[in-house]
Amino acid sequence: MSSEIRDVVIIGSGPGGLTAAIYTGRANLRPLVLEGEPSSTGDQPGGQLMLTTEVENFPGFPSGVMGPDLMLAFREQAVRFGAELQTVKASRVELTQGSPFGIWVGDPTTEEPTHRARCVIVATGAEALMLGLPAEDRLIGHGYSTCATCDGFFFRDQDIAVVGGGDSAIEEATFLTRFARTVTIVHRRDTLRASKIMQDRAFSNEKIRFLWNSVVTDIVGESKVEGVEIEDLTSGVRQVHPFTGLFVAIGHRPNTSLFAGQLDMRANGYLQTVPGRTATNIPGVFACGDVQDDYYRQAITAAGSGCAAAIEAERWLEGTH
Amino acid sequence: MSEHVQMLTEATFREEIGAATTPVVVDFWAEWCTPCKMIAPILDEIASENEGRIRIAKVNVDESPNLALEFDVMSIPTLIVFQDGVAKRRLVGAKAKPQLLDELSEFL
Repeated sequence: MSSEIRDVVIIGSGPGGLTAAIYTGRANLRPLVLEGEPSSTGDQPGGQLMLTTEVENFPGFPSGVMGPDLMLAFREQAVRFGAELQTVKASRVELTQGSPFGIWVGDPTTEEPTHRARCVIVATGAEALMLGLPAEDRLIGHGYSTCATCDGFFFRDQDIAVVGGGDSAIEEATFLTRFARTVTIVHRRDTLRASKIMQDRAFSNEKIRFLWNSVVTDIVGESKVEGVEIEDLTSGVRQVHPFTGLFVAIGHRPNTSLFAGQLDMRANGYLQTVPGRTATNIPGVFACGDVQDDYYRQAITAAGSGCAAAIEAERWLEGTH
Repeated sequence: MSEHVQMLTEATFREEIGAATTPVVVDFWAEWCTPCKMIAPILDEIASENEGRIRIAKVNVDESPNLALEFDVMSIPTLIVFQDGVAKRRLVGAKAKPQLLDELSEFL
């Protein structure tokens, strides 16, 4: 517990949270960043970019930059301007009583919060969705994977599948062709949602095949993936394909459970901010990055909204002092 | 890397694991695996804080692919705890220090 009331606590450390840290740091607000804890999902310090390889579209890097390297640079820049980073997760927040707000780390049942802050910037991001099949728990790490960059290596010369049709599915499939013999993209529609450049890359890759209008209905194998049951939605026929690896990129869900009942959310669970702004329904609480963005979801738009949240927080603090 | 953490290869693995008098946590990792890099300092801490009770060793899967194959490692980081030369427990994926300590508690 700390009796000090900080100006700004930032929850999350992807491009949004760390840009907010750079800006509030340069404004001498000594932000505290609760950067999250190590995990093998996107919910980790540095966020989803920590699980990617090359980022080709972040402005300023004409020859591309590795996602983890980019996030380390963001972090270093935030530290340079006085941001304090703690490798912990917030376990509870108390926002409804107004500023100063309470933020708990560790045991959420203690009476006193771990931190108090005049302003809170929420940048908890989004996390990749899983298929929701019972076999998942048994086979994750045994051929069923949520991290192509971590696990692709283990599928050398094997026939594997990727579920999804957006940019991240195509990026994963293309990456996995470095190792696998074939990569089959299983997609529920008959066209891809991915951008043109990613589609062209997939269609011209000899190792990539497609199963259109198809969904995964089960994963076969006791101790490792031995096959994937796929339903053809047009014919209704289910068939087990002999894939030994299954990677999933079917979309994201925002990390907003911490704020349930306190911050306004849209029907899909993303935080609702004032249109064109980062202000939430609670004065002094701002949201940036993917946690409030179900439309663009890019590193650069997250960084842009992180900058906006920092400026709004700064002005709000000036107005209340 | 801490002096408490030992690198194992295909050539040294069997002898080192067989001769160990305490449980050994073997961390299967690679240079290109970000979650592996994130838990490396945590494993260093656990090794130095539990000296004499448990040892931490590392297997680089690029350099020792046959060990990864032999122990069915298909995702990294994977931690396998060996006791008396036998694999007793397996943890897949990066985790925070309290969770790792909790999962390893029976060996500490």
